[in-house]
Amino acid sequence: MADTATLTKAPDAIVSVPGPARLPLTEPLLVRVLLITVALLFLTFFLVLPLIVVFVEAFREGARVYFAALSEPEALAAIRLTVLTAVICVPLNTAFGLAAAWSITKFQFAGKSFLLTLIDLPFSVSPVVAGLVFVLLFGLQGLFGEWLAAHGIKIIFAVPGIALATLFVTLPFVARELVPLMDSQGTTQEEAAITLGASGWQTFRRVTLPNIKWGLLYGILLCNGRAIGEFGAVAVVSGHIIGLTNTMPLHIEVLYNDYAFAASFAVASLLTLMALVTLGIKTVLEWRLGAAVATRVH
Amino acid sequence: MTGAAIRNTTPRPPWRRRRVLPGFGLTLGFTLTYLSLIVLIPLLVLFIQAAGAGWAKWWAELTNPRTLAAFRVSFGIAFLAALVNAAFGLLIAWVLVRYRFAGRRLVDALIDLPFGLPTAVAGIALASLYATTGWVGRPLTPFVRIAFTPLGILVALVFVGLPFVVRTVEPVLRDLDRELEEAAALLGAKRAHILIRVIFPPLLPALLTGFTLAFARAIGEYGSVIFIAGNMPGLTEIMPLLIVIKLEQFDYVGATVIAAMMLTASFVLLLAINLLQGWTRRRQGG
Amino acid sequence: MKIQVENLRKRFGSTLVLDTVNLEIQEREFLGLLGPSGSGKTTLLRVLAGLEFADGGRVLFDGKDAQTLPVEQRQVGIVFQHYALFGHMSVFSNVAFGLQVRPRHKRPSRREIAAKVERLLGLVQLEGYGGRFPGQLSGGQRQRVALARALATEPRLLLLDEPFGALDAKVRIELRRWLRDLHDSTGITTVFVTHDQEEALALADRVAIMTEGRIEQAGTPTEVYEGPRTPFVYDFLGRTNAFDCVVRRGRVQIGDKHFPAEQLPDGPAVAFVRPHDVMVQPADLAKPSADATLPEVGTVRLVAALGPRAWVELSIGPRIIAAEISRETLKQLRLAPGSKCTVQLRLPCFFSKAKPRNAAP
Repeated sequence: MADTATLTKAPDAIVSVPGPARLPLTEPLLVRVLLITVALLFLTFFLVLPLIVVFVEAFREGARVYFAALSEPEALAAIRLTVLTAVICVPLNTAFGLAAAWSITKFQFAGKSFLLTLIDLPFSVSPVVAGLVFVLLFGLQGLFGEWLAAHGIKIIFAVPGIALATLFVTLPFVARELVPLMDSQGTTQEEAAITLGASGWQTFRRVTLPNIKWGLLYGILLCNGRAIGEFGAVAVVSGHIIGLTNTMPLHIEVLYNDYAFAASFAVASLLTLMALVTLGIKTVLEWRLGAAVATRVH
Repeated sequence: MTGAAIRNTTPRPPWRRRRVLPGFGLTLGFTLTYLSLIVLIPLLVLFIQAAGAGWAKWWAELTNPRTLAAFRVSFGIAFLAALVNAAFGLLIAWVLVRYRFAGRRLVDALIDLPFGLPTAVAGIALASLYATTGWVGRPLTPFVRIAFTPLGILVALVFVGLPFVVRTVEPVLRDLDRELEEAAALLGAKRAHILIRVIFPPLLPALLTGFTLAFARAIGEYGSVIFIAGNMPGLTEIMPLLIVIKLEQFDYVGATVIAAMMLTASFVLLLAINLLQGWTRRRQGG
Repeated sequence: MKIQVENLRKRFGSTLVLDTVNLEIQEREFLGLLGPSGSGKTTLLRVLAGLEFADGGRVLFDGKDAQTLPVEQRQVGIVFQHYALFGHMSVFSNVAFGLQVRPRHKRPSRREIAAKVERLLGLVQLEGYGGRFPGQLSGGQRQRVALARALATEPRLLLLDEPFGALDAKVRIELRRWLRDLHDSTGITTVFVTHDQEEALALADRVAIMTEGRIEQAGTPTEVYEGPRTPFVYDFLGRTNAFDCVVRRGRVQIGDKHFPAEQLPDGPAVAFVRPHDVMVQPADLAKPSADATLPEVGTVRLVAALGPRAWVELSIGPRIIAAEISRETLKQLRLAPGSKCTVQLRLPCFFSKAKPRNAAP
């Protein structure tokens, strides 16, 4: 009987074990909330507020003033010049990017990394310096200044100068997107096409191009965005001649310095919309195709 | 006709080597020509003119207090901004990769805004925000003034460099093997310990790369800064602006000298980036 | 098409990848290039395809120098190791590619191309797959598409780079037989590269065994297996037991028997014996044998019954001998780790250690 009693009584020797031990695989909830809050606050101040302020200031004096600012002849001229610059520079730099990527990724030769560094040069140069080099070449006191003046050709303080400076600054974008992409794709498909009798151009058009189309689009978008938004380089070469050599970013500066804030932000809002659209397309491309599209930090 | 005689065994030089895929000569030729015309020759001209400026002119510029002040402003504030971006960029990358919260994907997409937003737009937006009449400037006016002070330049340069650290750290963070953390936890490490000794070290190379990229970008930045800076010589004047002023004064030589100084510093940084990336690759490959 | 390779030499940097290669490939032949990685077999294949250029020597297609022909004119079809299908094109477009890129005056009409593609898809047993995309196909199916694509241009020479390397074992065996049948019906001269000796010996009319940029031996599967000319060939084609011996006046002794070895110079030599030519008998029940019996008694160290055959490892002193016997024999002899056995060797193949290129079967 005593045995039964001992058996039914809960043994004292067993100590209660605490609940399942959690491994410290993440931060405590409080810390997480804090970190997220700090990060979001930081981003609000630095990203979200500037975006909002552009549109608020643009419409501060009402929609009528907004649209009037955009349809003024000088604004229209600035828009036309900006578009013209993009139309000149983006196709040229796209052709360059394609040629450079083809030569670098489909062939073996010495000096490849040196060439890649050279292509990256415009990124490491201040935009003002980019403009300066062309002033040194083609400005009145520049290397070719007298020759150009004698022949009545205007480069600095005219559209060709703006195109050249923008060309310099946007040169690497397409190449930088295509080189890692085409490098990872290798040469076997092109070799297969060649053995099947395709010419170089046929191979490029039917085999290579479809394989790189998203990376190419992405590079063109970035190139375009920079071409339209370039400020420092163009400021140096343009001379700020209103109605003639003002691009949209320069026009924004002119308006702002004249205290025409609403008009300035109105033009700025157009550029912001363009930037947001580019960002949107880029994000959609990334979501659908994976991070492989956006491989580089600019 | 018996066919070609037996060829010699010395390999041909690269420009005469036969290649299977066509277009080598054409594409490389175009690439080199284009690059030379647009980038190399203009830069070369800059350096030649800078070199030809004469030692006296160089010395005059280098010791000019205004130039030195601009140098301090540009490099000093860029460095600080890069530090801020390193700290917050790491935080943001962490939060984006490790945590789930509403709107995370939207925020992630927004990080690239400073890349795509024209610098002039950023410039006037920030100037407007942080002026004494601005949304952020007004409440802060009794304590600190941001616009037209070096603080304003700092704000602008932080904006410009924001994506660099985030985008270089994010992929490394994403690829971090969770098993390392689990192993450390099973060995008894506390969370803070794990963060410092297991997670942070692999991130350091990427962090340094991002820092250097942000730094390099901030040094040459122009459009985002000149609206908020105030541009007072000696205090809030950045080097690119000094170049522009010299050009407007037709002091081409002075502008060239300063530009050459900036370029040299940038090239050194570019070298550092490449070396860092090489070191990163070697370290992480091990 | 008959192919002659004469004194082909090629360097990559400081490595000699092809070292004076000579080879003749007959019309309609199915030739296997066999060798370990780095032996140069893929390079040789690519030189035949026109995707690499040799530094010296020449390649003749039906007597004409092929290296002066650009790739588009060689009429060579090649199936790459990982197929290199055009992922963004349908199966139909992949197969039709070679016909569609022909210059206008040589290009068949749309209808002709379609008919030809359908015929080829039927030939590779992929009827109705024209609308699918490579990403939707299995490895074996992709390989057949790659083959159909290569055959579309009616090449005179078909080259296959490790055609079965990326497939699982079962698919591999099915496709091997199928490929051989395809070759027999189309009659195109075919060269394929492999590192799998079983595959090469099972499929090819002739096999060329390569190592370090040289062709060690070229011959029919029987010729190379039973009459290997160099130790490398012997060793590559199957497992080997090696025994040191000495050649004296044209004869060599292994165990208790003597073998003629006229072609070998006097001096040290090595005898190679295949595991299935190693006979094992329990030491206490040993009967006299016509085969060469080793004087020492071996101890069984490992017995592994692998399917129909059994693998036995014995140690004699410091060395290990591998024997392959049938399961019945294993049961009969009741071998187990620790058993003592005598070892008899059949059909040793002798190679001189002095000059590595001589041998006497």
